[in-house]
Amino acid sequence: MSDVMEYALRLGDDALIAAQRLSEWYASSPEMEEDIALANIALDQLGVARLLLTYAGELEGAGRDEDDLAFLRDEADFRNCLLVELPGGDFGFTITRLLLLSAYQRPLYEALTDSGDERLAGIGGKARKESAYHLDHSALWTVRLGDGTDESHRRMQAAVDELWPYTHELFASDELTRRLAADGVGVDPAALRGDWLSTVDGVLKEATLTRPADGWAPSGGRQGRHTEAMSYLLGEMQSVHRAHPGARW
Amino acid sequence: MSRGAEREFAAGSWREGVMNAEWPLWEVFIRPRRGLSHSHVGSLHAPDAAMALRNARDVYTRRQEGVSIWVVPAAAIVASSPDEKDAFFDPAADKVYRHPTFYEVPEGAAHL
Repeated sequence: MSDVMEYALRLGDDALIAAQRLSEWYASSPEMEEDIALANIALDQLGVARLLLTYAGELEGAGRDEDDLAFLRDEADFRNCLLVELPGGDFGFTITRLLLLSAYQRPLYEALTDSGDERLAGIGGKARKESAYHLDHSALWTVRLGDGTDESHRRMQAAVDELWPYTHELFASDELTRRLAADGVGVDPAALRGDWLSTVDGVLKEATLTRPADGWAPSGGRQGRHTEAMSYLLGEMQSVHRAHPGARW
Repeated sequence: MSRGAEREFAAGSWREGVMNAEWPLWEVFIRPRRGLSHSHVGSLHAPDAAMALRNARDVYTRRQEGVSIWVVPAAAIVASSPDEKDAFFDPAADKVYRHPTFYEVPEGAAHL
């Protein structure tokens, strides 16, 4: 697997699995308006995932398209971070995860627009505006729920505490990202944490939420070692395609 | 609405929203493109003004319908009553002199 293909899978799988988790809210949001908002955001993520997986398939040159990569790979072949696959939770959990994710994706896609790889630069250019909106939406909700009622505050703090350890994986550099960053093709994730932290810190402060201490940092997603939740997620996401291979609308 | 009044409205409706588990109603106005006026396109529920604007963006501009959005608390709109329809609008029916139809349009004048 080429470096760029591996990199496209990492970014694409993050977006794909985030889209799957967000779409679980469809018809279950607190209000119809929020239903539409979360579905829009899920579709944005899915759109970016499609571009990245299509590109990864082309780089591989084995004839696999976006559907093959999304629906016919097994768990160990997925390269997404653990943060996006963690199961359900309440609305506050979903909003908090979206905040933590989009505060990372926004500067990532922004930096990607300068990539020497034209395809990646183009995808970054399309995705950065969408990410900015995802961040805006989740930040507004975080402030309202964090600085809302005692119950909403309690739930938001619990979500932040639960998710925080999983954010470290987003900024973990390895040989691959270092090579790609040195070549001007990829973005060194470690370089994004300052931007991310100042964004997240500002929102948490306004939301009267406490930033958890850094400590335990689970990882493994980039190597295909996932949490238990991933197999259930894939089971649901891939069931139709696997039952009806090659089916078209 | 002043900034203070807006905050008060938002805080009040937020509390009310939590209590009633239903968000207040907002009317949405969209300007389709520069040079045109904002037009009423519909309504939606939102806990406060900032969220109403985002919801309007998601509900009413998914297909590039506009370049600007106004949201107005439905409760802040003073509307004419259907009961007053006759007194309000009928007297204008026979005032033809209010229409600029008695001028001759000069030849070559476009957009009149």
